[in-house]
Amino acid sequence: MNAPTIWIIAPIAISILLLLISNQRVLSILGGVIAVTLALLAQFVPIEEAMLIGPLSLKIDSSLSILGRALIIQPAEGSLLALIYGAAALWFFGAEASKTATRIVPLGLIITALMVASIAVQPFLFAALFIEMAILLAIPLMTSIDTPPGKGVIRFLIYQTLAMPFILLAGWLLVGVEASPGDLALAAQSASMLGLGFAFLLAIFPLYNWVPMLMEETSPFIVGFLLWILPTVTIIFGAGFLDRYAWLRSSPQLVTSFQFAGLLMVVTGGIFAAFQRHLGRIMAYGSIAETGFSILALSLDSRLGIPILFLLIPARALALAVWSLSLTVIKEHIETMRFGASRGILRITPFAGVGIILATLSTSAFPLLAGFPARLALWENLSRVSINAALWMGIGIVGLLTSAFRSLAVISMAEEYTSWEPRESLTQMVMLGLGMIGLFILGLFPQTAQFLLSNLPAMFEHLGH
Amino acid sequence: MSLTFSWIAVVMIIITSIGLLLVRDWRSSIILLSVQYVAMFILCLQHWPLGMASVKVVAGWMSAAILGMTRSGLSILDIDEKNNWPRGRLFRIFAAGMVGIIVAGAAPGVNTIMADAGITVTVGGLLLIGMGLLHLGLTAHILRVTIGLMTVLSGFETLYATVEGSVLVAALLAVINLGLALVGSYLMLASNAKEVEST
Repeated sequence: MNAPTIWIIAPIAISILLLLISNQRVLSILGGVIAVTLALLAQFVPIEEAMLIGPLSLKIDSSLSILGRALIIQPAEGSLLALIYGAAALWFFGAEASKTATRIVPLGLIITALMVASIAVQPFLFAALFIEMAILLAIPLMTSIDTPPGKGVIRFLIYQTLAMPFILLAGWLLVGVEASPGDLALAAQSASMLGLGFAFLLAIFPLYNWVPMLMEETSPFIVGFLLWILPTVTIIFGAGFLDRYAWLRSSPQLVTSFQFAGLLMVVTGGIFAAFQRHLGRIMAYGSIAETGFSILALSLDSRLGIPILFLLIPARALALAVWSLSLTVIKEHIETMRFGASRGILRITPFAGVGIILATLSTSAFPLLAGFPARLALWENLSRVSINAALWMGIGIVGLLTSAFRSLAVISMAEEYTSWEPRESLTQMVMLGLGMIGLFILGLFPQTAQFLLSNLPAMFEHLGH
Repeated sequence: MSLTFSWIAVVMIIITSIGLLLVRDWRSSIILLSVQYVAMFILCLQHWPLGMASVKVVAGWMSAAILGMTRSGLSILDIDEKNNWPRGRLFRIFAAGMVGIIVAGAAPGVNTIMADAGITVTVGGLLLIGMGLLHLGLTAHILRVTIGLMTVLSGFETLYATVEGSVLVAALLAVINLGLALVGSYLMLASNAKEVEST
């Protein structure tokens, strides 16, 4: 028995079987239970350690060889797998409420397994190939064979596919730089190549125009899942580059680039969100700002930045899950998610209405909510490096807060004497209610996630120590 | 001898990539794409054994076949992008010429970076990447976008083959090519759904 078989190959095999099931509830429960089981196994079953179960001795190997290369899941990566599969379970359990279970459960589980493979593959730069496969699978996840695809889907495919060649070539050039560290031209070329690759993959300004387009065209719940898993794993993959190459890690230019790119994402995401008149596009810009926060965390001293980066992950997952499910519920009851059509929707979908406001506020670092502790730590440490950068981050946050209050004003702005007519199903109310409680728990007691996060920096050899 | 074949492959790439920009009939596009994969195969042979290089051409032909079979089953008329700007053939030839000039200028430098891959391989790879990107910039039609992406990837694969000989990478890239063709076909079918509904 080996770890890649349990957390990569088995989920893919199970997903193929799940494609045969068409019952939304069964799929949602099965997908959620499988993801939770994988998360619990990852958290509590040690890798590369012999376990005695009665008379049996069981040991899970960390590696699996395929075609001369290896998939390796290190013992220190167990918590990360628990986090990834645990967050995927949020989407799978919510799939019934969003009526997308037939697509998101089987395809989402394969995508999750491929993203785990991208973390496990050695040499690690081949991760770009697994990420590309996940992106190709995301197309049938987002679109239906009965509905013409929009421009956002095409742009998503183009931009994300273009990332792969850049990252693979950069990986090869980086090996050259390692061999001859004095070759500054080669170092600059490889860093530019790597930067371009990650700019496409993480949808860094101005390459993020597909994100708001997707939010208008396809199911917010599915886009929310992709906006969580793709940037999260990509950033961990990017941190792997920093961990591997000392010259990259110690480059002051790289720190400046991360800071600039992160601030650009936070500020543009925040300001654009403030001026949107479409609830879906606000979530799109919110997720762009979220990615910006993660990049900003990478710009800090790794001993501070890496724990903050990991602290951002559960908050992002929960906020996006609540936000996307709320928008999906709201979308069921209105023609479009434009402000004009969403006026007074709070009286029809109160849970979903409160859900989008709480999720937006959490993304905006509002106190008592999940996003607050990580953003506060990030802001505090950023201000020690550069007060200007902290001010710009503040501007982005103000933009996000503005979008939250504008959304609140619109969804609560009903005609006088309009009665409350909640039309959400019990499943939707329960899932949204639990998600919102989770947002408060992570905000009030951030230490609840520490049992998952405290060991995560150990997955890197040099970063975070 | 092999250098002569390499130059023939480069000429084939020039003809097919410009042809892909100019032709509007989908059958011609699929044939040109298939020929392009043969040229790519010849260039990969400079650095890879026959068996591994064949993977590229087989995967490419299978991808072209997937696209062709899907397109042949669709009822929609060829979308000739009449409303898309710029649409003139002269403009496309001019743009292709610009790509050619850029490739000619960049090839020696890239050749040095790519561990002296050989000027023909570098020129061929860069031409495919440049023409593919140009293709992507000129169209939003799903078949053409897919062909554009496959052209960019084949250019990259040509260059990458000079530095990476891993079987796993070759296999994964073949899977990605086939996946791209399947996704293109899926999107073409989805686009067709509207046409069928409206008729």
